[in-house]
This record gives sequence, C-alpha cells and structure tokens, in this order.
Amino acid sequence: MIDVTAPPQPETAATALRKRRGLDRRHIPVLATLALLALMYGIGVGNYDNFSDTQVLLNVFVDNAFLLVVAAGMTFVILTGGIDLSVGAVVALTTVVAATLLNAGWPALVVLPLVLLIGTTLGLGMGVVIHYFKVEPFIATLAGMFLARGLSLLINRNSIPITDPFWTSMAQERIRFGPGVFISTSVVIALVVLLAGAFVLAYTRFGRTVYAIGGSADSALLMGLPVGRTRIAVYTISGFCSALGGVLLSFYMLSGYSLHAQGMELDAIAAVVIGGVILTGGSGYLFGTVLGVLVLGLIQTIITFQGTLSSWWTKIVIGILLFAFIVLQRLVTRRNR
Amino acid sequence: MGDPPILQMTGIRKAFPGVVALDGVDFSLRPGEVHALMGENGAGKSTLIKVLTGVYGIDAGNIWLDGAPVRFGGPLQAQQAGISTVYQEVNLCANLSVAENIFIGREPRRFGKIRWSEMRRRSVELLAGLDLHLDVAAPLSTYSLAIQQMVAIARAVDVSAKVLILDEPTSSLDASEVERLFEVMRRLKRDGVAILFISHFLDQIYAVADRLTVLRNGTLIGEYPVADLTPMQLVTKMIGKELTVLERLEQEPRTVTADAAPEPFLEAQELGRTGAIEPFSMAVRGGEIVGLAGLLGSGRTELARLLFGADRPDHGSLKIDGKPTTLRTPRVAMNHGIAFSSENRRTEGVVGELSVRENIVLALQASRGWSRPIPRRKQDELVERYIKTLGIRPANPDVAVRNLSGGNQQKVLLARWLITEPRLLIVDEPTRGIDVGAKAEIQRLLVELADGGMAVLFVSAELEEVLRLSHKIEVLRERHLVEELDNTGGGVDADRVMQAIASGANA
Amino acid sequence: MTTIVRHRLFWPAAVLVVLLVSNVFFSPRFFTITLQDGHLYGSLIDVLRSATPLALVALGMTMVIATGGIDLSVGSVMAISGAVSCLIIGDLSDQNSVGGVLLAVGAAIVLALVLGVWNGVLVSVIGIQPIIATLILMVAGRGIAQLLTDGQIINVESAPFRVIGAGYALAIPVSVIIVAVVVAVSVLLIRRSALGVLVEAVGASPTASRLAGIRARGLTIGAYVFAAVCAAIAGLIFASNVRSADSNAAGNLIELDAILAVVIGGTALTGGRFSIAGSVLGAVLISALDITTITVGVPAETTLLFKAVVVVILCLSQSAAFRAAVFRRRRTAPVTPAAEVPA
Repeated sequence: MIDVTAPPQPETAATALRKRRGLDRRHIPVLATLALLALMYGIGVGNYDNFSDTQVLLNVFVDNAFLLVVAAGMTFVILTGGIDLSVGAVVALTTVVAATLLNAGWPALVVLPLVLLIGTTLGLGMGVVIHYFKVEPFIATLAGMFLARGLSLLINRNSIPITDPFWTSMAQERIRFGPGVFISTSVVIALVVLLAGAFVLAYTRFGRTVYAIGGSADSALLMGLPVGRTRIAVYTISGFCSALGGVLLSFYMLSGYSLHAQGMELDAIAAVVIGGVILTGGSGYLFGTVLGVLVLGLIQTIITFQGTLSSWWTKIVIGILLFAFIVLQRLVTRRNR
Repeated sequence: MGDPPILQMTGIRKAFPGVVALDGVDFSLRPGEVHALMGENGAGKSTLIKVLTGVYGIDAGNIWLDGAPVRFGGPLQAQQAGISTVYQEVNLCANLSVAENIFIGREPRRFGKIRWSEMRRRSVELLAGLDLHLDVAAPLSTYSLAIQQMVAIARAVDVSAKVLILDEPTSSLDASEVERLFEVMRRLKRDGVAILFISHFLDQIYAVADRLTVLRNGTLIGEYPVADLTPMQLVTKMIGKELTVLERLEQEPRTVTADAAPEPFLEAQELGRTGAIEPFSMAVRGGEIVGLAGLLGSGRTELARLLFGADRPDHGSLKIDGKPTTLRTPRVAMNHGIAFSSENRRTEGVVGELSVRENIVLALQASRGWSRPIPRRKQDELVERYIKTLGIRPANPDVAVRNLSGGNQQKVLLARWLITEPRLLIVDEPTRGIDVGAKAEIQRLLVELADGGMAVLFVSAELEEVLRLSHKIEVLRERHLVEELDNTGGGVDADRVMQAIASGANA
Repeated sequence: MTTIVRHRLFWPAAVLVVLLVSNVFFSPRFFTITLQDGHLYGSLIDVLRSATPLALVALGMTMVIATGGIDLSVGSVMAISGAVSCLIIGDLSDQNSVGGVLLAVGAAIVLALVLGVWNGVLVSVIGIQPIIATLILMVAGRGIAQLLTDGQIINVESAPFRVIGAGYALAIPVSVIIVAVVVAVSVLLIRRSALGVLVEAVGASPTASRLAGIRARGLTIGAYVFAAVCAAIAGLIFASNVRSADSNAAGNLIELDAILAVVIGGTALTGGRFSIAGSVLGAVLISALDITTITVGVPAETTLLFKAVVVVILCLSQSAAFRAAVFRRRRTAPVTPAAEVPA
C-alpha cells in the first residue's frame, strides 16, 4: 500500500502542524457530497414552488428510511473492502416471510424478531463463507442474492397484502412537529440505527478494526487484530440491516412481495459511493452514506416536482454522479500514495 | 551486559519440501543489547524470525523466553508474551491516525467506548519518549515512510517491552533517518529492551550492534562481538570462500578475450532512482559480460531494472548505440533489443497457469504483437531446442509451469529471453536454486552468447560466479556503485571484490 | 476414463444431459425434432434458441473476465442496442427495407463499440475497479435506453429484422446460426492469433506480463469492446424476437446469468485461462434449466434457488480452503499469508 520508493520528507513538528490545518484529505469526498446536496437543494428551491417546504426535505427521509438502514449495513461491508449484493433480495425475503406469517395468524411481536433473525443468519452465513473458505465477496453475496430471491419466490410469487394491526399502525403513525410537518416512525428507527452505527464506527474497538481491515487486512492481521471475527461480523450486520430495511419497507408498502427491492443493492452501493466512502475500503463516514441517500432521494423529488421529467433521468443522473464521485475518489486516493 | 539471555534458541531445525531452511541453529539475545542477524538471501534469517514468532512450526529445537520454554502459535501470541516485530514493509494501516496505529486493539476505553483524548495523550507521551513529536491525530499516510517506521516501533515497544525484532528497518530510509532510528534504538537499549536487528548494511551493523550472528545456507556460522570482527572478516563469513563442487569441476580461469565491440551498446550516465539506486554511470559493450557484485540490498536488481525500463529513473540519462533513449516501458526496451530475466521468477517471471511452451514464447510473441502469432511449427521447434539446451524437466512443453521446480522455472524464464535474441541480456540471479550441472550449463551458455557478440549484464549473489564469467565487475554497496574492476585475463580475485564491498568509497 | 471425468467441462456437460433427460419423463416427445415447412422444430431446438442471447453475452463476458475484470453493463447495452435499432427501423418509410434494417443493425453495433471503449478506458487508463466502472454504464445505460424510447415500448413490423430472432436458414434458426458464426469467428480470431495467450497472461499475472513486454491496455479495452458488441448482437436478437424495443425487460439481470455461465464453464473469476466452449455450454445449461422447470412443472421460482445452489457448490469446490477443510483432517501449522517457502 505504501509506495516504498517515494522520496522521504524530513518531518518537523512545524510541518506536521501545517498539514493539520489544511484540509484533511479524507474529508474531501464527504464535503463534495455536502456541496452537491446543497447545490441540488438550491436548484430545487429556485425552480419549483413549495420546494422549500420543510416537509419536502422530511419526505425524503420518510420515503427512504429503509434505504438508509440498508445503506448503513452496506457501509460497514464496503469499509472493510468488501461488497454485499444480497441486500435487496434479503429485503424482499423479509417482506415475504413477514407477510406470509402475519397472514397465517402469527403475532407481530413474534414475527418481527424472527424475520430479523433470518436476515442476520443469512449475513452470518455469507460472512463465514467469505472468510473461512476465501470465496470472493462478489460471488458469495451473489449466491446469497439468488438464494434469498429464490426462497422468497418459492414462498409466494404474488404480492401479499399485510393487514396486521401492529404493522398498519406502524405504517400510519406520524410524529408531528407542527401543522403539515411530520416524520414516520421508520425514520426514527433509521436514525437510531444510523446513530448507533456511527458510534460503533467511531468509538468502539470493533469499528476501528473495520477501518483497519479496509486499510490493510494483512497489516491488521500482523498487528494482532481479530480480522476474521470482524469480517464475519460486518456481513452479519449487513444481513441484519437488510432485514430491518425489509421490515421498514413492509411498513411503507404494507405488503410482502418477492419482487420488492429489485436493484436496491445498486442503490445502496450508489449511495455509499456518492457519500464518499471509498470502495477499496478504509476510508469514509456513515454520515457520508446518509448524504448519499439524501442525494438519491432529492433527485427523485426534483423529478417528481418537475413532473414532465421521466424516471429514466434518475438513472442517467445517478450514473453521471457515480462517475464523477468515482473519479474524484481515484484522484484523492492517488495523491495519498 | 553479563545478564542472562532473555531469549534463547537452541538446535532449531526447519525444513520445507525440498529445502532445509534452518539446520541446528542456535541464537541468544541479552536484555539491553542490539544483536544483529546477518546472512545473504536464503541464509535463513527470516525463517528464524518466523519460527520464533510462531508463523512457522519448528521441526526440532527449543526456545526459551525469560527462562521458560515457549512455543508460539502465531504473531499475536508472541506479541502477548513480549516479543514484537517491526517488518521491513511498514505493516500499519496508513488510513488510520498515528495514535490509532499505536493503540489499535488495545485502545483505552470506558464501558466499551474509546477514550480518544486519552489515547492521543498517551501517544504523544510515548512518541516523546522516542524523541518524536507528531500530530497524533493526523492520518499516518501524511508522514514519511521513516516516521511511519518509527511509529511502528513505538507501537511494538509499547505492546511488549521485552524483545523487539527489527526486520530490515532501514531499507527505505536515508542517512539522517537511519541515524534517528539508531538514536531510538540506543534509547531502548538503555531501557533494557533486547533488540534483534536484521540488516545487511555493514555500516549500520558497526554503528549500532553489540553482537552479531552469521547464518549461511541455513547453518550457524558463528556468533561474535561486533568489535572482534573487521568488515572484511564479516563479509568473508557471510559469503564464504570454500570452493563449491562446481568450482572443483570447472577450475579453468576465465580466459576472457578482449573482443568486445569498440562502441558501447548501452551507456548510463548518472542514471538513478530515488530510494532505489543512487546515480551511477556505466557502459556495456557487445561481446562483454558485466557482472554486478554486492551484498543483498546493495541495489543490484534496482540497477538492472532501470536498464530495462521496468522502473523509471528520476535522474540521469541513457544512450543506446550512441543515441539518447528513454525506456518508458519494458516493451520499448525490448524493441531496442534488451531482455531482462527477473530474480522473482514466481511473481514477475513465469506465468504459472500457462504452459512451458506459452511461457517460453511469451516475450517473443509480445514483441510481435497479437496479430502475428508465431507459427505453431516454429514454436515447437524453438521450444524443443531450448528444453534440450537448458535441460528443462519435465521435457513436456504443455505442462503448466507452476508444476515445475524452481530451478526449471528459472530455465523456462531464461529460454523466454534467449529466444528474443537480444543485444543485451540482463540476467538477475539466473542460477539461484539450480542444480550444479545446470549451473555449469547456464554459465557456459552465457559465455557462448557473449562470444557471439551479445552484451550480458549478470547479477548474482555468488561472487565466484561473477568472478568466473565477467569481463568487468561493477561493485555495489548500499545502493551506490562504488567501483568498477577490470577482470579481463582474470585479474580480479574474491578478496579484491570483498574489500570493495566492505570498505567502499564513502556511501 | 479418468481424463474424461477430470476434464473441466465434464460436470457441466453431465448436468446438462441429466437436465435434458429428466425432461423426457414429463414430456415424452422432448427429444423429438420434426421438420416442418423447412424448419426444425422441437424442444431441443427451443433450448438452443432461448440460449442464444445468453450465449453471446457469456462469450463477451468470458474475455473480460479473462483479463481479470468483469462487465456489469451488458444488460444495459442490450437494451440500448434494441432501442437504437428499433428507433431507426421505426422511422423508416418502409420497415421492410433490408438496407434500412442493415443500417439499424450497424448503428447498434457501432454504438456498442463506443460504449465498450468507454468501459475499457475507465478500467485500463483511469484505473477504476471493473465492478464499479461498469456499474456506471449499467445504471446510466438503462436510463439512456429508456430515454431513447421515451419510456415506451417501440413496436416494429419488419420482416428482415424478424429474421434475426425468429427466422430460419437451412432449417436451423437464424439466431442459432448467428451465435455459431460469432463463436466460430471469435474462437478462430482469439486462438489463431496470439490474442488468447496474451489475454491469459495479462489476467493470470499482470506484473509478469508487463515485464514480458505485453501491453495490457489495448488488450483490456479490446475485451470490453468485444463484450459490448456481443451484448449488442444479443440485444438485436432479443428485440427481433419480441418485435420491439423494451428498455425495461431487455437484458434484465442477464449479467448475473452470464457471469454464472462463465464460472460454470470453468473460467476463474480472477482471470487467466478461459474457455469459450465452457461459457457457451454454461449458457445452454442455464437455458435448459429454465426450460426444464417449465416442462417438469416445477414452479419457475425454483430456478433461482437452483442457481444459488450451483453457485455455492461451484465456489466452494473452487475454494482451496474448503477442499482442505473437508478432505483433510490433519491441521497443519498455522501459516500467515506472508509465509512462503524460501526460493
């Protein structure tokens, strides 16, 4: 990772301090996203009436609460330098299992922990295969995606409406801050997950090990860090987040459907990349992922407001943004070497 | 320093399939001393360390730490017992901050939450104890390699203060940084830390070490107080002067003809690459064998790579056939008729998955481009010829190269370059790991090629080989080209070269 | 016998045979091939026909994977090629004009060339990881295809265009002939020239290849261009079959099936040695799987599960660590990744 042939620089305390006052290079990508977000918001406010309503921004959270949770899990995985392609499928599986059990009469308070357990176990399984059998994360999670999607199709290929009272109340519950200003409980759940995740990443030994593995797994091993346990744990966390995301999605849609969340893994990856988390691992913040989700959500909002803009522009814009941020990442990491 | 040793290893034996890496080696380390472990490539230094820290298991022998017998299952256990290793490549996570790198895995916590300010405070203290003043919250990557190395040492020392192993810590440091490192080491010595110092830089050994142990070919040559050995004696012990079987077979002195071409094929003028090799000047003529002699780490391979375009120089210039040339890529060098057989045959040489035939024709094919495949019949003919000439075994051209022994892989690599009929053939350690008979074949081959007009640059750690084959010997020492010796008529002997290595012009 | 069993294509071929044979129990006339109106009909023919788009995409994917990369954008390229060709044909005054159809086909392929260069440059010049580089086109490309068709499904009624996907020549479906020709030309080009060996070297060991004088850049870009063109042709076959440009459905998720086909066929995801025959066999196997689930009456949903099981089995069998754990009881001394036998 280190370029051994780089000319050594004499280091004095003064030089060291000077470097600190300048921009910490690791923050550049997130700041870029923040700037982008502000720019987009500005464009929206400038071009459309009512865009500046607080609820518009809050709705982005409401409509993307599940993506926030899923992307949080994905962030952990990507920070270690891996990837998880199964998240969308696990979300779908969760909704299908939940809907099926609820309709069979199972109590909500049993179904809820059960579906969370299923997703978590799948994640654990993938983590074990990736670490112990040294299968590439791309392939292992691809298999996980096929498995979860296949299972959900097997259980029920149709859309299953959910009528359970707990679920419907969660779907309709609003936390109001004033007339016409509200968020859903899902947003609160998502925020709790994000705060917990951010805390773990910044303040726990486990979280710092995640960053270490992303920086250099070999070094981490030589430093005596529990690389294996940590790697398996991040995939387990991603599985849990996918399952929780599935629960939140089922609140939002009030249905279980094997075709839910098609392509959500790509949305999550896009959010993470746009949020400035470097795909090779070791650098990035959960806060960035949140911004990434907001960017995606804001694009969608602008398109809705525009009315005449078609949905495929979302894809094109996301593609352009991905390109811009990946090239930015490349420049930033290149200069760090 | 009459303390009992804190670490004692006796009768260590470690064998791998086909090679005995360590054969009955003893080693001891006293607290408060710097003990150097010396030997050439393959002598067994890194194996000894890996055996000590539990990366490898031992076939026979004992290890005592602090008087108690130990056997570690891995680096983590060794670390917990008090033995820390700092590797040649900085094995830290450069994306994390300085403080984190020192404390990760053992951060100060309260109820599971990391106490960052405490961690930073302790880091500053620790580094101050080594006379380092850094911004501990900055990412490690913002600091130079030398500083990173010191942070690695700070971590190692804080983790376990009994035994510190420094595995070639100075390879990427310049003189002032090395001096700084030595200050740190002396400080640690005073604190009673036992330091195992692996290095091949003679100056440094004499500057900082108290005792040294020499290994050669897996056996213990001896343990000596540094003050008792002159550099010349040391080099002798490392390289060895016994005649090998090969020399007994071929005692003919080098009857070097002076039939080299009048004009040099390749001329390097103050060519250099920072951190790899200091600016050097040399010329190679057609029909001449130029040997590069020097210890491990003296820059032999780095020099060779510059002449092939494998690395880019940041100093000086190159002329080929009198015309200034820049070798941007290996392909460009090949177009000029230069070939390079790398010493890392496994990672930079042969492509393991491909067959013997595919490997042999690879460079020739690459120079012809993808659209002009070498006709199969010609391939077969060429491949068969070289399999026979070099004695490649098994003689089956369709076997995957990764299934061949190291020596045969080397022959395949050589064949690849010979097939391109270069004007300058650069061979880096071509006879390493090859049996005696084949060694003679290859050496004879090189002589034949030179007699036929090819220029040859020959890099080898075996001094006798270099002496026997070369018209001219360039002596390298610690990344400097220090002397050029004219060997036509066999005028140079081993002592002369070792003298140049041992003393050398000022670094 | 052992050489046959050991051949890396044995197991995929065996599974294919088992799948096909199991069809007979449910549809006794499965292996019957009839000749009607100069066309060959039969379930086996259907298997081949439905495999054609995937076979093409898998062919292109093989070369990209051989260089050590991957291409996720192939599905989007399929959609774009369908959109472009149907747009051009739809705008023709006479949709049945052969010249017009040729123009449409040509335009689709040229556009694919450009997209392939885009991917190749991102990977080999800018140095972006292939997964991510091709992700960009995967996402944006689908949007571009929908943009071109304005979100609608563009129907075309063009006899010459129909020939591509549904026509017959010499009693064999044209699409099968197209694939056969493309595969034959590719194999000839790749194996007769030095392309095959050079690509394998680059994928297997980029460092050694560089020192051997191989210039990887052109080869890498070429691989992505090849993948894009193959995907474009597959897109044309698809569009021809459905007689329209459906930017949502064209090539949807085909990249995953293609990667699976390549892996089944024996090419390692890490690059190096590749097998075109294996990838084509893998594509036929996946297509046979889809058809078998229908014939046998198993719900189509199980296809995904089956694929999951196959992927899992393949990966585990390719994993040295797994083989060691299962077949060897004795635990050897722990060795870190840096440990190597001294040369």
